[in-house]
Amino acid sequence: MTGPGDRSGQDAGQGAAAPSGGFRKGAFGVSGSGDTSGFGGLVRVEPGGAVALHSTDRPYGGWFDEVTDALAEAVGQATYDAAVQRVLVDRGEITYFVAREHLLPLVQALRDDEALRFELCSSVSGVDYLDSGGPAATAGRPRLHVVYHLTSMTYRRRIRLEVAVTAEDPHVPSVTGVYPTADWHERETYDMFGVVFDGHPALTRILMPDDWDGHPQRKDYPLGGVPVEYHDATIPPPDTRRSYR
Amino acid sequence: MSTTYQDYDPSDPYAGSYETTEGRVYTVTGGDWDQTLGTEAYGEERLVVNMGPQHPSTHGVLRLVLDLEGETVTKARVVIGYLHTGIEKNTEYRTWTQGTTFVTRMDYLAPLYNEAGYCLAVEKLLGVEAPPRAQTIRVLVMELNRIASHLVALATFGMEMGALTGMTNGFREREMVLDLLEEITGLRMNHAYIRPGGLAQDLPEGAVEHIREFLQVMPDRVADFHKLLTGQPIWQARLKDAGYLDVTGCVALGVTGPVLRAAGLPWDLRKVEPYLGYETYDFEVPTADTCDAWGRYLVRMAEVNESLKIIEQALDRLEPGPVMVQDKKIAWPAQLSLGPDGMGNSTEYVKHIMGQSMEALIHHFKLVTEGFRVPAGQVYVPIESPRGELGYHVVSDGGTRPWRVHVRDPSFVNLQATAAMSEGGMIADVIAAIASLDPVMGGCDR
Repeated sequence: MTGPGDRSGQDAGQGAAAPSGGFRKGAFGVSGSGDTSGFGGLVRVEPGGAVALHSTDRPYGGWFDEVTDALAEAVGQATYDAAVQRVLVDRGEITYFVAREHLLPLVQALRDDEALRFELCSSVSGVDYLDSGGPAATAGRPRLHVVYHLTSMTYRRRIRLEVAVTAEDPHVPSVTGVYPTADWHERETYDMFGVVFDGHPALTRILMPDDWDGHPQRKDYPLGGVPVEYHDATIPPPDTRRSYR
Repeated sequence: MSTTYQDYDPSDPYAGSYETTEGRVYTVTGGDWDQTLGTEAYGEERLVVNMGPQHPSTHGVLRLVLDLEGETVTKARVVIGYLHTGIEKNTEYRTWTQGTTFVTRMDYLAPLYNEAGYCLAVEKLLGVEAPPRAQTIRVLVMELNRIASHLVALATFGMEMGALTGMTNGFREREMVLDLLEEITGLRMNHAYIRPGGLAQDLPEGAVEHIREFLQVMPDRVADFHKLLTGQPIWQARLKDAGYLDVTGCVALGVTGPVLRAAGLPWDLRKVEPYLGYETYDFEVPTADTCDAWGRYLVRMAEVNESLKIIEQALDRLEPGPVMVQDKKIAWPAQLSLGPDGMGNSTEYVKHIMGQSMEALIHHFKLVTEGFRVPAGQVYVPIESPRGELGYHVVSDGGTRPWRVHVRDPSFVNLQATAAMSEGGMIADVIAAIASLDPVMGGCDR
């Protein structure tokens, strides 16, 4: 399996030892001759990308183990093993990386099981890990992540589910049947990232105009703009301007 | 010219006609519905009314497409996006500190909540905590902001229900809060006062006294609101049973805040998942069990009083101390001070970096232009804004700018309940239902 956020093309399962980091050149992260800072030849190794590729070992600590056990029991250990690719505990929050084929039975159990009771879907959103901290993306890498934040009002717990898909096949099953509130969230994620939620009752744009082209919050979406002349200097458009990275 | 009406042709219900020597003359007249349409057509009349996006009673640029049968709403569709400004995308091209200036403009009636939520998320990513004095002042200004926001909610509620004195009074009282916030932060709205690591600056001299004066005045003003509106029969008739949504409906649709509490569930993140030391403050979570616009009005009124209690406690526990983390790699280097024209760099600080210390200038330059780096990872921080759960999902790739900032804005989520609240009811109740949700389109569309 190719893990979400895998930038090196290696098997994510083997990358469990350390989060692989990318590298950056220069002080401004530009290539070519744009960097006049004198640091153009500097190569910096970054401590890690946006997505850690490792998995946290059991025990997770606190109620995380309780929820994980209850979830495995509710959907069956075999389904759980197939559905949950990795579990990451970071900064007191738990994230389950879920395969999209198994998302629906998982959220259904998370909402309905007595020991889980995640009644409230707080938020659904997208993140585009295009080339976070490393070389540019290769085709077929699951760069689009759909992130679900679920809240258990009964037990006062919060968990995060993350589903990663490729930009070429951006299909995720819709959870509107389980959480009606996900309706607009999924429309926004479709609008901004182009993730198609199969089974959504009316997946249309919500914030951008209906006839808009492209999905603005993807990292490779062109920002547009023209070079501006000001006091004999030319200021390039925002996404080609040099900046710290 | 002889005018006879004997050859009047009534076959066209809207414009009967007759022949004259000058030619055919049409008379466009009104008439009873049963004459023009016939009684059987009345029941099948389906009217699609486009309400907004420019309409005084839709709370900003909200557009409603209503299917009406007579005055009954059979279908309500909500169209948003008219105030989309791409703030989430913009934050990805600015430093972590500059992000505050963007997010404060989203829900413009609760700017300090946006700042606090964002800064708490950044601090969680950094693994730092603001000093105690900064935390207390954050609570203080946030509760002031809650009062201002609820007063606008009441004012617009009054305006949309036709109680215009409620509007003028609400905005008058809100002005007192805005004056206080202006004194503290330099700006009436969009403060950028709460920063990652603490606050932009400490409370100015005299602010505590002025807040205490406000605490003396405000309870009477709340009582005046009750005199003006609560007992009024028209107000009650317009609000009671309008926009019904029970706890099951609220949770399924993700509705939080006063709407959920008016359905009877005391779900307030300040109590159930305390942050910034809210667990140490003594206050109640007001609820109602009516599930309607009336209950939401009462809950908001009661919350103003609870906020006053919290402000008083915050003032009492203010201890001298720093308002920004001591780590110079994070804390904004400039000593900001409040001048007559708002907040800016203090003259002593400018003298220091320009005339005395080269190192201080370099440090200033690096931190202001490049900013600090935030360790890679993601967090979700929810706080209780005046409208419900305001959640910040912030992702860092270890760089000087956010990789992604997603805001779960309560206005966005709560507006989904419009259809459930208003379908099957009268069109006048749609206004009451939306006003009782108190959506802010700046936050909804971001």
